[in-house]
Amino acid sequence: MERIPILRMGEYLLVTIQVDMHDRLAMTLQDDLTNRISETGAKGVLIDISSLEIVDSFIGRMLGNIASMSRVLDADTVVVGMRPAVAITLVELGMSLTGVRTALNVDAGMDLLRNSLDARKDTLYGSSIR
Amino acid sequence: MATTTVNQNASLASIIERRRESILAEWLREMSGATRRSDLMKESELQGQCGQFLDLLARASGTGTNVQAAAYEPLREMLLDISRVRVQKGFTPRETAMFVFSIKRPLFTAIREAHGKDPVAMAEQMWSTTELLDSLGLYTTEAYLKSREEVIRRQQEDMLELSTPVVKLWEGILALPLIGTLDSARTQVVMESLLEAIVQTNSRVAIIDITGVPTVDTVVAQHLLKTVTAARLMGADCIISGVRPQIAQTIVHLGINLLDVTTKATLSDAFGLAMHRSGFSFIRSDKKEKRDN
Repeated sequence: MERIPILRMGEYLLVTIQVDMHDRLAMTLQDDLTNRISETGAKGVLIDISSLEIVDSFIGRMLGNIASMSRVLDADTVVVGMRPAVAITLVELGMSLTGVRTALNVDAGMDLLRNSLDARKDTLYGSSIR
Repeated sequence: MATTTVNQNASLASIIERRRESILAEWLREMSGATRRSDLMKESELQGQCGQFLDLLARASGTGTNVQAAAYEPLREMLLDISRVRVQKGFTPRETAMFVFSIKRPLFTAIREAHGKDPVAMAEQMWSTTELLDSLGLYTTEAYLKSREEVIRRQQEDMLELSTPVVKLWEGILALPLIGTLDSARTQVVMESLLEAIVQTNSRVAIIDITGVPTVDTVVAQHLLKTVTAARLMGADCIISGVRPQIAQTIVHLGINLLDVTTKATLSDAFGLAMHRSGFSFIRSDKKEKRDN
């Protein structure tokens, strides 16, 4: 069965969606990703959707769901590289993905993840430990 | 003279042909009363149009009174032309339509004289001629409106293209100065050009300046929020600047929730914030020191 690869990069998980998402694929990704987060104890998830050209309300909701699930599993989620057309479609569908953090590209997304992880460590252990 | 319907129409053509000069003269006199606009149009031009109209009417009326028929094609085209030119010259719809309607009196006089002895045929022909002229007049008005709508549509398109510039203020900072009212069509264009520019310039902050937006109602606010949300989905922060005091009051009175969006009173405030968020800082060089160097 078709699967979307989930790559591990240190404390982060990297998901690049290179094919058009259909509903079954989205459900599989949701399963796989939650499993991998709990296996690896990842602190951040980066989802690159720069190749995604078509979205519907289901995919939009799935992105929101993945972000919420990751947060429950103590990992930050950043969605990066959304195309203008996709953004407009989601807005017109009334989905603003309020819980999801976004960034322009993978670079900016990794910065965002690192910063939030640093901030979390600061609040946990105090800034002296870094 | 003619008594059957077909011949009646033929006789309209023959009446026009026989009495062309007197009809023309009377028609021009008729128009010089209420609807003649010597300031917008030369006498000779009008005369030419009237003569052409009579000739085309005479030729077409031989085939029947259906204005949509192929025989009326040249006449329709001529009226279309006249309407278009008159829209550009600033005629009112009434003045344009009266071009056709004012021929009724001279034409009817001619018909009456031609049918002097036969009241039934006269009444019949008058009726069919009235119908014909009425539909021609309505056609002229329609053409007038169409030309005018075309002008309006073209101007709207021009405005749409003119009014959505996206400017780069700094590395990673875009500004979108909005001027004029925001409707759905414009929002779409604004949103698309902003998002494209965000991708192209790799910007993380976009400033939407609404100094030039005259009023903000719930619809405009919704359009603004949509744009902000779309930009956020792409990973860019939006700041709305240029909120005038009246607009701030309106927004609160209407109960519009702009709490999730950063708003600033002026573009410079927004720019300062954008620079701060992007990690840039300003240093004012000391003037005295500069002079010494």
